[in-house]
Amino acid sequence: MTASPELQRQMLRQMQTIRRFEERASDDYHSGDIYGVVHCYIGEEAVAVGVCSALRGEDQIISNHRGHGHCIAKGADLNRMMAELYGRQDGFCKGKGGSMHIADFSIGMLGANGIVGGGISIITGAGLAAQMEGNDNVAVGFFGDGASNAGSFHESLNIASRWNLPVVYVCEHNSWAANTSAKMTHSQDDVAGRASGYGMPGIVVDGNDVLAVYDAACEAVARARAEDGPTLLECKTYRHRAHTERPGAVDPRPEAEVAAWIERDPITLLIDHLKRQQGQYSDEEFQAMDVEILAEIEGSVTYAKASPFPEPNAALDDVFAD
Amino acid sequence: MSMREISYARAGMEALAEELRRDPKTIHLATDAPPSLVQEFGEARVRATPITENAFSGIAIGAAGSGMRPIVNWSMVTFCFVAMDQIVNQASKIHYMFGGQQAFPITFRSSVGGGTGLAAQHSQSPYSMFMNLAGLKMILPSTPYDMKGLLKSAIRDNNPVLSFESSRLMGFTGEVPEEDYTIPIGVADVKREGSDVTVVALAWLVHEALAAAEELDKEGVSVEVIDPRSLFPLDRETIRTSVQKTGCLVVADEAGPTAGASAEIAALVTEDAETFKSMTAPPKRVCALQVPIPYTPTLENHVFPDRNRIIAGIREVIEFRTD
Repeated sequence: MTASPELQRQMLRQMQTIRRFEERASDDYHSGDIYGVVHCYIGEEAVAVGVCSALRGEDQIISNHRGHGHCIAKGADLNRMMAELYGRQDGFCKGKGGSMHIADFSIGMLGANGIVGGGISIITGAGLAAQMEGNDNVAVGFFGDGASNAGSFHESLNIASRWNLPVVYVCEHNSWAANTSAKMTHSQDDVAGRASGYGMPGIVVDGNDVLAVYDAACEAVARARAEDGPTLLECKTYRHRAHTERPGAVDPRPEAEVAAWIERDPITLLIDHLKRQQGQYSDEEFQAMDVEILAEIEGSVTYAKASPFPEPNAALDDVFAD
Repeated sequence: MSMREISYARAGMEALAEELRRDPKTIHLATDAPPSLVQEFGEARVRATPITENAFSGIAIGAAGSGMRPIVNWSMVTFCFVAMDQIVNQASKIHYMFGGQQAFPITFRSSVGGGTGLAAQHSQSPYSMFMNLAGLKMILPSTPYDMKGLLKSAIRDNNPVLSFESSRLMGFTGEVPEEDYTIPIGVADVKREGSDVTVVALAWLVHEALAAAEELDKEGVSVEVIDPRSLFPLDRETIRTSVQKTGCLVVADEAGPTAGASAEIAALVTEDAETFKSMTAPPKRVCALQVPIPYTPTLENHVFPDRNRIIAGIREVIEFRTD
């Protein structure tokens, strides 16, 4: 399915929103307003946006430690996201999760997850629930190339294929598992090749081309919805930033490699496409949208700062459900 | 209630069948799908999984968070160790770290304990490892009646509940009502009333403690036997009230003593000022020796506590008594 001009603009807005949100999160992390750790998705926005644009509201996704992009692409409220990063009462997790555990179950975002590979079997279970409920929802798991070496990946793909579950496994292959190159850890360059061992399609797509991601995701989602089983969709992409925003964080990646990928910035690629294909997109239009997005991000920070910190005793709440 | 005699294992199967019948959202995941359940509920709800405890424990979490009510059987507790990431990093924390957005109703069943000649890897009682986490409920039934009532409560609970079930007791029979009933998680049972010493015993050792009490009764020593039945929440009130009455505590556990459930029970008694004031002897723990469980009977029997060691423990406490 080809994205309509209208949808392409929406995708651009979402990608730019993710980028501006994270730039702000990084700034506010460095100023001390956000605690712990922030993992930026900047550079990989086309994957979350391309895939989530192929989904319906009721479909479910799960994320990893680099989860802001998936949250925003699935439609999470920026105010409550920023409030969570700020550790405030009105955050999605009432300040108990932070950046690494951001989640909004009401929109089918089953959470960022700090254990590499940890979410893959959980989203497989969401797929099982969808199949058993017979509601034709699809479950999408986002994970990196690092997680594709974990046992949970292999166990889950085997089960999903055997049980014909409506799951799309999206490997965001950014070539670096934290600070270790995939060249040192992967038996083969393409993770998608592993799919054949589990009897499912394995698709490789340019993860910086949001339209290509969208097309591939539409096909995989349609397959899942038609009860034709799971797909492994590998999106080749790259993060522009170090593994974490921690000051002094090690970044062993070659400068030339980083620079080459920044040259292929997914947002710039989409702007160029809009200009080229439609001939009616202008830098002015983009600037105007960016101003709106920045205002929205500023609004989320205002919201976060106005939200109180939870009372200390709230630490005892929510250990168990009623 | 009309009662009949059934085994501990059978009581567990009845609980499963009745809950699968009661709630269509309930599903069963295990490497062996029980044939009777498959026959009644079909292969879709009673699934045979590959031997992938890590994956199918995670699948249960995802299904639970999406509206299902999974029951997972790890078979032996041994096998759950390959699923520790899903139990420790996910199941126990997922409700809390997401701010209580979503309930995760899951029952994880497994057998514990030794006495079966299966040696180190298949004779474990590691419940205290899980008690040390927050976010998991735990049951440890000692009779068919408790098994059925507690397991039904576990399945109906909106949280992850670990059901630890004693290997030695699988063939043990007892009275179980025909009618539907549940036993609340977190409520201990006084299995025998007494006035001289409190024995808090777990699972199989409840029966050894009852035998010890019978023996000591002949000598005029009155032993109260308490079965906590749940390890989290632990019924502190019932245990403390009993010790306040008797002044003495013996804890009997098939696990080793180090950082064990027995240590927790001794601590909840001694750290409570009211209970401590009433104590006339230090608490005594009668546990397995702190070794991996050996295979051959002379070694295995030496490692595990039994009624004789409980009797010795009770005598030690009574001899010390300062009243």
